[in-house]
Formats: sequence, C-alpha cells, structure tokens
Amino acid sequence: MKIRRSFKDTRGESALFQRRAVVGFLLILLSFGLLVSRFHFLQVTHHDEFATRSTNNSVKPRAIPPARGLIYDRNGVLLADNVPAFRLEVVPDKVPDMQALLTELGKVVPLGQDDLDAFKKQQAQSRRFDSVPLKLHLTEDEIDRFAVNRWRFPGVDVVPYLTRHYPLGPLFAHVVGYVSRIDTDDLDRLDPDEYKGTSHVGRTGLERYYEDVLHGKPGYELDEVNADGRIQQVLKTIPPTPGTNLYLSIDVRMQKAAVAAFEGRPGAAVAIDPRNGQVLAMVSVPSFDPNLFVNGIGRADYTALTTDVDKPLLDRALKGAYPPGSTVKPFLALGGLEYGIRRPEDTVLSTGQFCLPGQTRCYRDDTRGGDGTVNMVRAIEKSTNTYFYRLALDMGIDRLSSWMSRFSFGGKTGIDLTGEADGILPSREWKAKRSKQGWFPGETVIAGIGQGYWAVTPLQLGHAMATLAGHGMPYLPRLVMATRASGDARPQMLANPPSGPSLIQKPSDWNVINEGMRAVITGGTGKGLNDGFPYPIAGKSGTAERFSRTSDAYDTNKNSAHLAARHRAWFEAYTPADDPKIAAAAVLEAGAWGAKDAGPIVRKIFDTWLLMQGSTAPSDTPLPYQSLPAPAGSVSVEDQPVESSSSEGGP
Amino acid sequence: MIDTMTIRLQRFLRRILTRPRIDLPLAMALILLAMVGLVTLYSASDSSLSMVSGQAARFVLGAALLLLISRIPPSVLRNWTPWLYLASTAFLVIVAVLGEGRGANRWLNLGVMRFQPSELLKLTMPMMVAWYLHPRQLPPRWKDIAVVGLLIAVPVALIVKQPDLGTALLVAAAGAFALFLSGMAWWRMGLIVAAVGGMIPVAWHFLHQYQRDRVLTLLNPESDPLGNGWHIIQSQIAVGSGGMYGKGFQQSTQSRLDFLPEHTTDFIFAVFSEEFGLVGVIGLIVLYAFIIGRCLWIAMEARDTYSRLLAGALGMSFFVYVFVNGGMVAGMLPVVGVPMPMVSYGGTSAVSLLVGFGVLMSIHANRKMHE
Repeated sequence: MKIRRSFKDTRGESALFQRRAVVGFLLILLSFGLLVSRFHFLQVTHHDEFATRSTNNSVKPRAIPPARGLIYDRNGVLLADNVPAFRLEVVPDKVPDMQALLTELGKVVPLGQDDLDAFKKQQAQSRRFDSVPLKLHLTEDEIDRFAVNRWRFPGVDVVPYLTRHYPLGPLFAHVVGYVSRIDTDDLDRLDPDEYKGTSHVGRTGLERYYEDVLHGKPGYELDEVNADGRIQQVLKTIPPTPGTNLYLSIDVRMQKAAVAAFEGRPGAAVAIDPRNGQVLAMVSVPSFDPNLFVNGIGRADYTALTTDVDKPLLDRALKGAYPPGSTVKPFLALGGLEYGIRRPEDTVLSTGQFCLPGQTRCYRDDTRGGDGTVNMVRAIEKSTNTYFYRLALDMGIDRLSSWMSRFSFGGKTGIDLTGEADGILPSREWKAKRSKQGWFPGETVIAGIGQGYWAVTPLQLGHAMATLAGHGMPYLPRLVMATRASGDARPQMLANPPSGPSLIQKPSDWNVINEGMRAVITGGTGKGLNDGFPYPIAGKSGTAERFSRTSDAYDTNKNSAHLAARHRAWFEAYTPADDPKIAAAAVLEAGAWGAKDAGPIVRKIFDTWLLMQGSTAPSDTPLPYQSLPAPAGSVSVEDQPVESSSSEGGP
Repeated sequence: MIDTMTIRLQRFLRRILTRPRIDLPLAMALILLAMVGLVTLYSASDSSLSMVSGQAARFVLGAALLLLISRIPPSVLRNWTPWLYLASTAFLVIVAVLGEGRGANRWLNLGVMRFQPSELLKLTMPMMVAWYLHPRQLPPRWKDIAVVGLLIAVPVALIVKQPDLGTALLVAAAGAFALFLSGMAWWRMGLIVAAVGGMIPVAWHFLHQYQRDRVLTLLNPESDPLGNGWHIIQSQIAVGSGGMYGKGFQQSTQSRLDFLPEHTTDFIFAVFSEEFGLVGVIGLIVLYAFIIGRCLWIAMEARDTYSRLLAGALGMSFFVYVFVNGGMVAGMLPVVGVPMPMVSYGGTSAVSLLVGFGVLMSIHANRKMHE
C-alpha cells in the first residue's frame, strides 16, 4: 500500500476527475433533455388528446369479487353455500371524527369489541377513501334501525355481500372446513389483483386445500362517476368467473350414520372405497359449528371451544395420532409373507410369555397361558402376541418400518387436506433423531404388536386398510370426486389413478390375510359383528394401552369404565371379504375393548353403505353417479331421513 | 464531567448555528426545492395540513442533521467508512433474516423506531467505494474494479431480495458513479455494460412476478386495468392534460378525483406536471440540474480522492432519483418505487438525502485552497 501510494499522481487524478465530472454532467443534461422531450411529447404534442381524456375521465374500474364455488356431497346435497347478507361499511375519508362516529353508531347498531378491533386493523391497512367493513352479517333488525338513522352517519353504508354458510353445521366441519376473513398474513401470500373485493379466504379443510379452484376470478365494471366520486352509471361489466363447484365422494347419510354411531364419545372414523381411494365417510367426534368462524367468532364462543376437554376443534381423523395396537398385525403378517420370512403354515407356540434371551422382563400374551400352537391365520384370529413378537424380531426393525411405510404409516397419506399428522412409525432413524440411545431389540418386539413408539391417525389406518382390502393397490385418499367449473354442464370426474404398483407380489398371500381377518369376525374378537349383514366382513380389532404397563400382573378388574379410562379401542374392517368395496377404521379415545366398542361403529358405517346400494346385492361399479341436481334445486338434507339400522340412529 | 460535556455540546451547537460551514448556492437551491415540495404536497394531499407539517418537520430534522454532519471533517468520515459500511450491510442481513413489513421485508424495528437499513446504504455505499479507491492508483485496474464490484453486489443483492428494486438501483448507481468518476477506462466500462446487458435475460428469471408484470404492463398498459396499467395510464393523462402552462395550483383533477394512485408519494410529480405544465417541469428539472452541477463543482474543489469521489457520486445519484421517477411518471420507465427527491411525501428518503448533502457541505468546508 505504501509503495502504491508513492505512485499516486494526485494532480493527474484531479485532472482526470474533472474530465469525468464534466462528461458525467453533460450526460446528465442529455438525459434530462430526453426526459423533458418526453414531457413535451405528452404535454404539448399530445396535449389535446390527454386533455380530452382528462375531462372525460370519469370512468373508474371497480372489482367485482367472484362467487365462491359451492361444495356438494356425492348426491348433490349442499354442504357449503353462499347466502346474501348485509354488512356495514365505513369510508374513513368521509368521517371527520371516527371515535365519535363509532360511539354514536354503536347506539344504533351494537358493535362488539371484536368488530371494532377487526375494523381498526383493516382501516390501518387500507387507503382512507377505501370502504372498510365494520360489522358483518347484520340482522334484519339492525338493518332497519340503521336505515332510519342513516342521515346521521355520512360515509357509513349498508352493503350487500355473499357470505359462506354451512347448512349441515358440525357434520362436515372438519372435512369441508370453513372460510374466514382475510387477515394481514393472508394479504402477504395472496395475489392482490385476484382478491380485490374479496373479504374471505378458505381457512381449513377443503375450503383451504381447494382455495385456488373455489375462489374463481374477479371481474370488474367500469363505473362512470361524478365529481364527488359517486357512481352515475355502469358503462361496461366484465363479469367475474365464479369458482369451481366441488363434489365430495362422501354421502351425507353415511357421514351422519358414522357420527351417530359414536353416540357422542370422542373418536374418529374413516371409510374408503378400496377400488379408487374415494373417501366415503370421515368423521371426528365431537365437532363444532363452522358457521361461527365465517364472520369472526366471538371471544366467548372461541374460549368455549378451545377450553372444552373433548377438543371439538381437533380433527382426530386427520391429526389425532394414537397407538394402533393389534390393528397392525394383519399388515405385519402380510409383510412376513412378502419378505418370505413366514409361510402360512409355519407355527409358533404361545405359552403366555415371550422372553428375549438374557432378559428378565418378558412380553405377555393377552390370554393367560397363551393360545397354544398357532399358524398365521390363527394368530391373526386370536391376536396372538407371541406370534407377532417373534415375527417382528425375525423381520427386524428396518424391514418392519420399510414395509409399514408403504402403507403410509409414519407419513402423509396424500389426502386432499392440509395439516395431516405423520404419526410415528418406529424405526432406527426416528429414534436416532430423538435419543442418543441406540435401538433395542425389545423395541422391535413391542413394535410387532403396535405398541411402543407407534402412533397412527385414523386416516392412516383407514387408508392402510383400504390398500390391503384392494389387494395392495395403493390410491391416494380423495375427498373430492368431481368438480364442475362455471360453464361445465355436468361435473367432471377427477382422475385418481393408483399411486404405484400393488404392494402384494403373490395374490395367494392376500388370501391368507383375508382368511385370518375373516376368522376374527367368525370366531375371534369380532364375533357377532357379521350377524344380519348379507356380505362377509373381514376385520381386526385393536386395544392399545394409553399408559405403559408397570408390572406383568394381569389386570383382573373387568369393569369396562375402568378399562375405558386406560384404553383406546380400534376396529378396522372391509366388506365384502371376497370382493372388498368399502374399508373402514374407527377409534374410540376411551373404549374398553376394540372389538366390543369400536366394532359396532364400523358395522353401522357398513349398514348405511349397504342401504345406499339401493338393494341387498352389491353393485359391481363404484357408487352410482346419481343425477347431480343443479345447485339451486339441491335437496335439503332434512328431506332425506337417514335410515340407520342401529337403534340409536339419528344425528 | 456532565457539566463539561454540556458546555462542550453547547459550544458545538453554537458553532453550528453561528458559523455554519455551508455552501450558500447549494443551500439556497435546497431550500427552494423543499418549498416547491411542500407546496406540491399541499395540493396533492387535498390541502392536508397534517401531511404538510409532518413533511416540514422531517425537513427540519434533515436540516439539523445536515448542519451537524457538515461539522464532521471528511477525514473523520473516511476513518469511519468501513465500519459504517459493514454495520449497514449487517443490518441488511438482519432484516433479511427477521425483518418485518407488509409484503416486503425491508424494515428493522429497533423498539423506539423502525427504519430501512437499505436507506443507509445510499450513503455508505459511495463512501465505501471512495474509501477503497482513495489510496489506490487511479484509474483503477481490473483487480480494484472487481473488488468494488463485489462491494456493490453484496448489499445490492440483499436489497433486491427484499424486494426493493428502486432502492437497489439507487445504491448500485451510487457505487457505480464513484467508479466512473475515478476514471475507469471507457473500454473497461463498455465491457462491463455489455456483460451486464448479457445478464438481463438471466436476471429476468430471478425477478418477482410482480416486478416482471410491471415491466410487461409498461409495454401494454391496457392489459391490466385494475393494477399497474391503471397507474401508468392515469399518470400519463395527468401529465399530458397539464399542457404547456398547467391547470394551475390545486387544479389537478386527476389526483383530486382519486384517478391517480399514490398521488402524494411516487406519483406526486404527475400532480406537479398537471398543475404547472411543461414550464413547471422544465423549471423543476433545471433546479435539480443546478443542484447536481453544484455538487460536482464541490467535488472538483475537494481536497482528496475520497472527498472527490464521494461528493461526485452523491451528486450524480441524485440524478438517478429524478430520472427514474420522472421517467416512471411519464410512462417511459417501469413502475419502480423511487421517490421524487424532496417532493414525494415520506420520511426516510428526505432525511437521508439531507444527510447526504450534509456530507457534501463538509467536503465543501474542507476544500482545497486555491493557489
């Protein structure tokens, strides 16, 4: 640096700078000349043209928000509707004293603290001449009272708008979800041009997942305005394109029957058509009224929902992860066959205890003294723990988790909803992320009976059951079966091809598992569940303990309330066993025994499904596409009483 | 201790007020410009006294900072330069990680106040380039040009990412002008301009969709009647309808009837053009040209390389504001968030501009003595 400095020619640099500064200034003058010539072009050459346009400039574009797509069940019963409503809007620019106005207005139309907070937030985000909604969903009475006092409130107006309404309320709250007012975070991610004039956006469920198709495209009208900005006439209207209508594969009657089957006990159930992945029922009990959220939920209502011990806002089907217990056994058995670790006729002696060499603590069978010598079919029927302890150990945790992951355990099923829980599929990788300790063989043993780290969602189990029932053909679970864009005369079926090749290499393997699950119903834990049902049902129960056992002692207290407090009851099944057309899984958060408590729920779902077949003979095709009525003439659900075979039927 | 400090402070403040080291022609031009700005704002804001007084308060704050900074000798500024540059770039990184602000992450919340670190770079960028070139042999060779290129590229990339194309452009220009004034050979500049030109298709790929839309709408404004096309059309109607002599003070129908968006900030020059016509436009541009010319004059008289390059770069970047904003208002350039200096409503840019002029005053006060 020092040497460099000695080279510096200060005088020369100064001269160089002067030349550059002069050249730079000349270039700047040249650019300014260019700029002035552009202004000359606009202000002198084309002045007349622009002057005319300025005097005639009384036309303003105004966005017209599109009507949101409607949502129907598979038969055209309306699940999400747009209903006209009125709201109060204020143009801050025209209000000299906002505080005084709000106080006075509050005496005419009651304004809640929620309304005022939302208004202030939105006012801060808008320009002062933009109309800001103050109170949504006015009642008739409020509209009348405001109309009388309107002259006192310049800048305040009652404006019609379309609001979302869910006619069936809680029945589809978790599936369809709800829309709510666009907030600050939404403004960041939404395209402002697409959402001009739109006040609501899909928040949860299908409303959120299908936001892009449901929203539609805004139109605009060119309004002629006078000097005060008031609209004199509409010159031209480019109508908005309404959003696309959705048709669910769920039948309202089936959904109702499934909810009724829970009799208010917290739990969830999912039914899927194994032939195409269509979801036939998806319920989470208890539920809530989504209409509360549309125009801003009140504080009291919200507190009530969030503090409820039964957590009605939680979508148990999608996000509730429970230990699966014995329901994983058929899948594990299939893995044993597929990996060639077991032949169907291989037997294991169950003595009531299974001990790892060198360990003092042993793993129990459910029956004292064990089930004796069992082969695979018998092991599934009797839910023989020892058989699956040994199978899991022979398979090893790596193959076990790799096989199970193919049924989407421990991952997303890919259903058309956001926020799916992954659950937990026990694996070395999973444990390594959470613990420094390595994998213990004992953890593999209990993984074989769905205990330990295992956690699955009802959706995952329903999906796995459907994949198994469909001879291993995997389909992404789909709630939306068809869409009808504006302009389409008829709904267009959405394609849902298999998401991969069949998981089952040898068809005979499937027969073995099917036989085992049939035996569960004919002679095992699910005995009696097929009574009075025309088609053979195949299934498997699961009873998972919520707390780990502290001793090896058998619990002799058979009081079911006592057991329910510590158990989760599962049941999974499909029917007809020879040609499965529906698969289902149900969980009760507090059920004493899987087959006894969750089994009837699945059976009631199957009963309703049967009724909907129209006859006792199952049809060969997926549920017939009954004529889909036009949106306006849709059938009200109340007109279609659900005939549930169960004595406790009804919502 | 505290007593001596207060006494010192008092003495310092008295010196600022009694013997201000300012360049009178430049100061007069700035005062005139500020007055034009306030008058235009009064009309564009629909006679909003609160907006006008708010803007005036910022001018006062900026003027105070100008006087304060004019007392700091350029040699002291030079010593601080690398730290100021590093600190402002570090702020940019912090903003990139945890900034707030709707849509664009450009604000940093310091608890007491929120500010845009990118605004600091408008000053620290030319300072850093001048600092780097100051001890080197000039004109610069490839090695030094490459280093300067890197010094410019890092913060500019961070600002583009925010995304704030307008400020990024101003910061990049300020650095590039310092390099230009250092006497960088024409052929080298030609090569770099050609290389940058070749990069445009690549850069297009990295632009946000809304930035692409703005360029595309410029070509066909009618295609987007609800968005940017509307801005462009309405702005041109405002300018064109002003004619030679304008519609007169407070007679701008375009902004009064809300046809012109952002008529107090980015598009205020359209209101000015509508009310004062081509005559007004030429008058204002002459005023701007005078300020830039005076800055370059101060630069030529400066004592050392650092002061020369810094003063020259600050003056020339002032030109970018005027040209980009004027071009946008006249539908010649895409809609980029660059304010019309001292005329557009908005705090930070007015204050940071005046701080820059404070540096110029200091350089003027420490100019070389004529032989």
